Amino acid sequence: MARKPIQFRLNGKDEAVFVEEGQNLLDALRRQVGDTSPKYGCGQGTCGACTVLVDGEPRLSCLMLAESAEGASIETTAGLAGAELHPLQRAFLDGFAAQCGYCTSGMLMSAKALLDRNPSPTREQVVDAISGNICRCTGYEPIIDAILDAAARGAGRRSA
Amino acid sequence: MSLQVRTFPQLGEAAQALAADRGARYLGGGTFVMRAINEGDVSITTIVRSTDPALQQIRSDGDRIHIGAGVTMSQVAASRDSDFLAAPAQSVGGPAVRNMATVGGNLFARSPYGDFTAALLALDATVHVVEGAGRRETPLEEFLRQGAQSEPRRVVAGVSVRRPHSRDAFRFRKLTRVKPAGASVIAIAAHLPNAGGRVQGARVAYVSMGPRPTRVQAVERALEGATLDESGIAGALAAATEGLDPPTDAIASYWYRREVAPAVLKRLLLGIQ
Repeated sequence: MARKPIQFRLNGKDEAVFVEEGQNLLDALRRQVGDTSPKYGCGQGTCGACTVLVDGEPRLSCLMLAESAEGASIETTAGLAGAELHPLQRAFLDGFAAQCGYCTSGMLMSAKALLDRNPSPTREQVVDAISGNICRCTGYEPIIDAILDAAARGAGRRSA
Repeated sequence: MSLQVRTFPQLGEAAQALAADRGARYLGGGTFVMRAINEGDVSITTIVRSTDPALQQIRSDGDRIHIGAGVTMSQVAASRDSDFLAAPAQSVGGPAVRNMATVGGNLFARSPYGDFTAALLALDATVHVVEGAGRRETPLEEFLRQGAQSEPRRVVAGVSVRRPHSRDAFRFRKLTRVKPAGASVIAIAAHLPNAGGRVQGARVAYVSMGPRPTRVQAVERALEGATLDESGIAGALAAATEGLDPPTDAIASYWYRREVAPAVLKRLLLGIQ
């Protein structure tokens, strides 16, 4: 099978990898790059577990052709924490916003996209921001509260 | 999996490549084709795509606007030129889907999807189609009718749509089981031009009341000359499901969709949220 070289930035670092033709970005991130923070859930664009930010916007990496990431800046949950946890991660921990944790990385990236452009969202805006992310454990309320808590802690101002 | 990806700078070249290869599918935003590939659809052997900049344009031309097929739902919702289409664009999926799903792709959506296409149907949009080496402009309704025979062989360059008669003349309502982002139990788009307090030239389209978005001419006829009040819309509500055979799926049953259609139509016509 033909392989194509692509270059992109991943969490602020340059990456150059060979991807297979027709391979999706999620698969390339997990297998070629070794970043397993975005998760494979449904492969149908329904669950949001694979959400990454592409040039600042949330996208479903399972539905994105890997080679179309050429030249893009990609952010995943693996790049959120520096010396300390990102305020969103801290708020998720403090607020028990994860149970099985499978949806968490997608939730975090959708929340980061929201706070990056809107540091003080309303509850309704938070609900809309994670409306493409499915959680089967928490009932969503702790997640919504955690995102609002992170906003109050200045998560948006930090990442903007 | 053995796939080939062919990327063309001009849409015409992509259309010719698509026409020449039965295993080729055109990739727009990825929400249908990549989904099929992930599901293991081995009939797809070649992905054809185009980087033609015309696909990304939203352009005003008098009271009509032209939207390139590659424009995403997020871009439609954010553009001042297409602000009247913001509600149906925002009803498509969550933010990540809206950043990927395109205007061109929505024209190929099957029930329970296709909210944006219903809005375009209500506004009597035309579709710019590239087939092999040729180009033509065709009414959306005809494009949807032709779908089954020629679907994988066509590439859409964009759509043209006239602005609604007034801000209040275009209406969109969607009923979902999950809020705020869910597939349609039913969605209704309507253009209700008003002359002297009476509807003239109504166009009404449904989502999820057939295999694809469809015009509802029985309702349109009943609305002609009607006033938008309880007694004026009675005929339209009586005709709300005339001749329609909605699907039963994981979202709703045939029976439920037929029961709920008049209620959603009533809310739309009376301006109730």
